[in-house]
Amino acid sequence: MNISQDHIRNFCIIAHIDHGKSTLADRIIEKTGLLTEREMQDQILDNMDLERERGITIKSQAVRTIYKAKNGEEYVLNLIDTPGHVDFNYEVSRSLAACDGAVLVVDAAQGIEAQTLANVYLALDHDLDVFPVLNKIDLPSAEPERVAHEIEDIIGIEAEDAPKISAKQGLGIDEVLESIVEKIPAPTGDSAAPLKALIFDSIYDPYKGVIIFVRIMDGTVKKGTSLKFMATGRTDEAVEVGYFGAGRYIPCDELSAGMVGYITASIKDLKETRVGDTVTDAANPCAEALPGYRKVNPMVYCGIYPADTSKYPDLRDALEKLQLNDASLTYEPETSAALGFGFRCGFLGLLHLDIITERLEREYNLDLVTTAPGVVYKVYKTNGEVIDLTNPANLPDPSEIEHMEEPMVSAEIMVSTEYLGAIIGLCQERRGIQTGMDYIETTRVMLKYDLPLNEIIYDFFDALKSRSRGYASFDYEMKGYQPSKLVKLDILINKDYVDALSFIVFSDSAYDRGRKMCEKLKGEIPRHMFEIPIQAAVNGKVIARETVRAYRKDVLAKCYGGDISRKKKLLEKQKEGKKKMRQIGSVEVPKAAFLSVLKLDEE
Amino acid sequence: MKNNGLKPLAVYVHIPFCEQKCRYCDFLSAKASDEVKLQYLLSLMHEINQTDGSKYIVKSIFIGGGTPSCVPAYFITKIMETLEKRFMIAVDAEISMEMNPGTVCKTSLIEYKKAGINRVSLGLQSTFDDELGKLGRIHDYKIFLNTYGIVRSVGFKNVNIDLMSSLPGQTVDRMQTSLERVTALEPEHISVYSLIVEDGTPFARMAEEGRLNLPDEDTEIEIDKLTRSFLAEKGYRRYEISNYALEDYECRHNLVYWNRGDYLGFGLGAASLIGSTRFSNTRDLKKYIGARGMSEMNIQRLTDKDAMEEFMFLGLRKVDGISENDFEKCFGKNIMDVYGDILNKQVKEGMMHHEGDRWALTEKGLDVSNVLMAEYLF
Repeated sequence: MNISQDHIRNFCIIAHIDHGKSTLADRIIEKTGLLTEREMQDQILDNMDLERERGITIKSQAVRTIYKAKNGEEYVLNLIDTPGHVDFNYEVSRSLAACDGAVLVVDAAQGIEAQTLANVYLALDHDLDVFPVLNKIDLPSAEPERVAHEIEDIIGIEAEDAPKISAKQGLGIDEVLESIVEKIPAPTGDSAAPLKALIFDSIYDPYKGVIIFVRIMDGTVKKGTSLKFMATGRTDEAVEVGYFGAGRYIPCDELSAGMVGYITASIKDLKETRVGDTVTDAANPCAEALPGYRKVNPMVYCGIYPADTSKYPDLRDALEKLQLNDASLTYEPETSAALGFGFRCGFLGLLHLDIITERLEREYNLDLVTTAPGVVYKVYKTNGEVIDLTNPANLPDPSEIEHMEEPMVSAEIMVSTEYLGAIIGLCQERRGIQTGMDYIETTRVMLKYDLPLNEIIYDFFDALKSRSRGYASFDYEMKGYQPSKLVKLDILINKDYVDALSFIVFSDSAYDRGRKMCEKLKGEIPRHMFEIPIQAAVNGKVIARETVRAYRKDVLAKCYGGDISRKKKLLEKQKEGKKKMRQIGSVEVPKAAFLSVLKLDEE
Repeated sequence: MKNNGLKPLAVYVHIPFCEQKCRYCDFLSAKASDEVKLQYLLSLMHEINQTDGSKYIVKSIFIGGGTPSCVPAYFITKIMETLEKRFMIAVDAEISMEMNPGTVCKTSLIEYKKAGINRVSLGLQSTFDDELGKLGRIHDYKIFLNTYGIVRSVGFKNVNIDLMSSLPGQTVDRMQTSLERVTALEPEHISVYSLIVEDGTPFARMAEEGRLNLPDEDTEIEIDKLTRSFLAEKGYRRYEISNYALEDYECRHNLVYWNRGDYLGFGLGAASLIGSTRFSNTRDLKKYIGARGMSEMNIQRLTDKDAMEEFMFLGLRKVDGISENDFEKCFGKNIMDVYGDILNKQVKEGMMHHEGDRWALTEKGLDVSNVLMAEYLF
């Protein structure tokens, strides 16, 4: 099908979580008639079960639909979906770069939230034309007029004519589609110029190899074009080009400037086709790559071990397979005295970590022991060497350390004034430095804080929600490194150092964290035949101690006639419970204990 | 005594009826009408009659429940008659019957005795009426004393009294009083069971709601200690986790379970072990009665590994423990090759004692026997 550029619209939908992005996407796909109702799944763009359960979109995808506008013309609408979590910020930015405009969905009852703002700014940064849509007008609490004013006041984009819709009930969708055609500009770009295409996503397919999702900025690509990946320098011949039907790949002859589609080229390794990289024609290369490319580095690391040590090869295979589809996942083998052979894995954030461990357990049927996640610290040694520390166990001797630095984030928190005090308190506890406080309206405040990443990766979001009764929203971006007084907190169980339980902590919090950690472990470690001391130590000095008392009584007194089946069952249960433990010295430690550090703030 | 090539056998008969279910009880028992009880007796007799007992000599019989004394006394006569028809019963066989205080009278006791019962097990549980009340027992201490008197007067020479420890509100002093009172009666055998709050019982619910007032762990340990020392002083030897007896009055029937001897169980849910096969009857009363003794069995053939596990976790309940030679005779393997590591580890922990041919749990080991026995599972 030959479509002129001015009949193409490349756009995305941006929204705060739960404001209805996926539902609107579904309606658009439905309305454009590409699918029959029977084919419609509930949420077409969210492919993975896991995503559906969590209600978030993990990997960006695209879909191409055909819309016949009121002026009688047919338009190609390329809807590019963006991941909705701060862990995937870079991927979001690349998806935005593939678009020419964005539909901003705002909940007509809730109004603007932290991610609304963050996403709009991100879109404006990429020179996208943004137009708002007021969703959920079917709710009794909806106040579309007030929210429209809020959008104009706070964001500064025109919202008076914003379509008032209910994506859930299918109200006002035509208006949204018309607005897309009217308000989002057609792509520009010269199809005759040298090929210049932006990779905004890529996935691994066992049959086709890596499938690269591209937006063609300039030039044309077709089967047989010799491709060059400008960041990695790799060259390959295009095997197939095409566009995205709903949930399937539809090959076509060529993709030209302004189009969104895919390319395959018998590439086996996702790492060769990095998101943000520029694809050009090796025979006729473009002068320079598109701006904005960077290599994504993991922000959060943790050790992942098989609960059953014999499953180590299975874990390795599973990680290998997962990495095929997730280039931002890194792993390398490590050995722990306590846990045996495993991997130190790097993730974009805690959600990413959660998703990966859950997939390992669910899709690969592995039982895992996970150590407490930590961030990457920079260790400046006295000999001038600088180490990126991803595993606390590798911290050099304190005498060799000049100083240490920890990663910081700048965070924006939107909160109603009622909970302002509580949230400021929370940020202070987490060593936050306030950098701004703006009243959005009389009752709502935008707080700006610089916070250490290691203070927010565990449970900051939960704490924020509970202290504001859900009325605070949060967004952050990375903000470099800053010197900090950090120490390694070691845990000794029955006088044995447990490497997998060590963590890096701000020195002023060491005593408090150590004490809580011992208390927590006391609750996690079952009683044994002997007394078990649990100690926390910094630099070899014990700073806290708890004791797990010895078992004293556990008998089955009764004798059920000659029926021994109950006795056997009871013993089997006991034995089964033991299997789920890790042996440290002579102490059996349940796997949950290795995550105790995550739960120190639970009361 | 020569057995003329007959194999020794223990027989268990289950009477699943009670006048009232106790609050801690999770045994297979319930209240029932006279009609149901009669139908049950018929099924029980059918079941016994369908058994080929010709290869066995019965060394012990145990009629348990439930409350066997809450069915008419002639039931017991009928059951014994039926057993005698199908089985050769040794002249010196131990024939026990469980009874609850207040459910027997002189006439019924005389009938039991005539039927062949020679050992009586009385469920006293406590000598304090408030503790008995909380347990949901139907008797009080006075009724027990009356029953005990009649049992002795009728001429039963081998009597067991059941007591319970770790009861709600129990103290060390109260346990001491109960033990003093019971030993003063000079029964030949005393069982002391720790109360275990089992899922699904009214006690479980009460414990969950915090209404049970169970003694704390330290008190519990003190009560256990006192029980052991007090009874030892009075000449009762602890021979199993919960059982104490004067010399030669150990319950031979129960020892068969722990030694994995052959036994046949008759009645609802009753379990049997013959050679390396365990089987048990349905636990559904309607089905049991409807099938007239031919109800479907739950059958498990034991592998050598199953049998070794059982050998350990049943045998180690006995204070004398297990014999290396017996193990080798049963399985053709040296115990050290199979369980050496665990045995030695438990010795090192002070939980196991090794002397000559025998391995036995120490007193400390018996207290935590569940944990230790679990280690013998493969």
